[in-house]
Amino acid sequence: MSASSLAVTGWFPVWQRNFLVWRKLALPSILGNLADPLIYMLGLGYGLGAMLPEIGGQPYIAFLAAGTIGASTMNAATFEALYSSFSRMHVQKTWDAILNTPLGLTDVVAGELFWAATKSFFSGCAILVVVTVMGLTHGPLALLILPAIVLTGLAFAALGLIWNALAPSYDFFMYYFTLFITPMTLISGVFFPTDQLPPWLAAVGGWLPLAQGVALIRPLLAGDWPADPALHVGVLLATSALAFAIAMRLTRRRLLK
Amino acid sequence: MAALNVSGLRKRYGDNEVVAGLSFAVEPGTCFGLLGPNGAGKTTTLRLCLGLTAPDGGTITLAGRPIPAEAQQARAKVGVVPQFDNLDPDFTCAENLRVFGRYFGLKDAEVRARIPTLLDFASLANKADAKIATLSGGMKRRLTLARALVADPDIVFLDEPTTGLDPQARHLIWERLKQLKSAGKTLILTTHFMDEAERLCDRLIVIDHGRKIAEGSPRELIATHIEPQVIEVFDEAAGKLPAFVDAHRQHAERVEASGETAFFYCRDAQPLLAALATADGLRYLHRAANLEDVFIKLTGRELRD
Repeated sequence: MSASSLAVTGWFPVWQRNFLVWRKLALPSILGNLADPLIYMLGLGYGLGAMLPEIGGQPYIAFLAAGTIGASTMNAATFEALYSSFSRMHVQKTWDAILNTPLGLTDVVAGELFWAATKSFFSGCAILVVVTVMGLTHGPLALLILPAIVLTGLAFAALGLIWNALAPSYDFFMYYFTLFITPMTLISGVFFPTDQLPPWLAAVGGWLPLAQGVALIRPLLAGDWPADPALHVGVLLATSALAFAIAMRLTRRRLLK
Repeated sequence: MAALNVSGLRKRYGDNEVVAGLSFAVEPGTCFGLLGPNGAGKTTTLRLCLGLTAPDGGTITLAGRPIPAEAQQARAKVGVVPQFDNLDPDFTCAENLRVFGRYFGLKDAEVRARIPTLLDFASLANKADAKIATLSGGMKRRLTLARALVADPDIVFLDEPTTGLDPQARHLIWERLKQLKSAGKTLILTTHFMDEAERLCDRLIVIDHGRKIAEGSPRELIATHIEPQVIEVFDEAAGKLPAFVDAHRQHAERVEASGETAFFYCRDAQPLLAALATADGLRYLHRAANLEDVFIKLTGRELRD
């Protein structure tokens, strides 16, 4: 046989399958992913922002724009790795079909990881384009937001796949949002600076992957170099790798027992 | 060399030993049946053979590869028709085949060239662009079979390939499986339709509680395990049957009563037929013994859930 199916690119046909499905519904999918964060960003940014002082020398809408790019990347990766992966794994049994071919479980889960990250990349980019059109980017450093979106998306895709591996049903995903995603959004500097929080809470929040992503995106959007880029990149990469390893182990236990 | 060789296979879930020391070999180009009541360990055995779960003991060789160590390489030579359809509902028939070909590392052009032949084989030539939701149960099964053939495998696993199909659809699947066998493919199928096993299988094993309880060709099994003639006697007017069974037990080698029906297994059916000709309140059916009789004898009449 050809060695291709056992190569490190075994995840690619799985990614391709998901991409092909997405392509059939691409426009409504992008618009759907764009509308919700934009409404929040414009509503809060201009409505609430009109009453607020500048934050760190920038208008509130600019502050919120960076947070929105991070948060919508997180949300897109999370939704894909939870609801969509779960329907492929548990409802449609697409994973079972793939596991009857020369591909292995690692190929399937890695394909899902990269696909969820890709979809969140589309989402983050769409917001970035709108933000750029609004004149909220400052110079070519903004291009480095693209890799920051990729890293943020990978981390949340991997974290979502852990929860996917544990889920008995769709209802289970609600807990992930109410216990993890929503509180994290509030303490990661998306809507307001974390120095408004009690110091211990700000310290916890600072290590969460959303805060790490926003810490890269916000200065880049303002045309500045982030203070600790290596640290943030390192934390996001480590989160992705560790979460993927855990997701693999749990998924193996679930499907190949 | 055998297409599939299983030796001393064991698999346990908690306290339940689902596969308890199973051994069998499947010769290339033959159709092999894995029969057993629900919960006998058929599907677990298939999963073990495909390397989808690790055995607790024993060895498996599939397509010349040790399983599960080289399961992925082995699966490149294998097609699988699973018990429950898992076609991709977002795709058309042709897309299902194309996407599946990629999982085998096939180039799009290669698969594209094979799609008309595959759809033709599945009698779905005019359904290339049809959505899966618009297909009947029989069409879905045939597409699943075509999908299993996308990489031209040497060995095809079929887990209850005709469960839930109407007679027409079932006969068409049987026809196709015979074609595959003539083309030299090895077929390994689980079923609990005995007529299916009798028609298709060159050899089969009957398993129960994870153990092999019989092995042979359908004819051998019938000849070895059961009397050649069966007369089924049904009670039409209540209460006639028990007396008839008591009076004529000696005309049969073995009698089994099941509700309102008695099964007489005999070498010579004439004395019993003569008695039945004058008995009233009873209906009867005289037939040759078949694999189902063997199966029931070996695994019992009680319900399995």
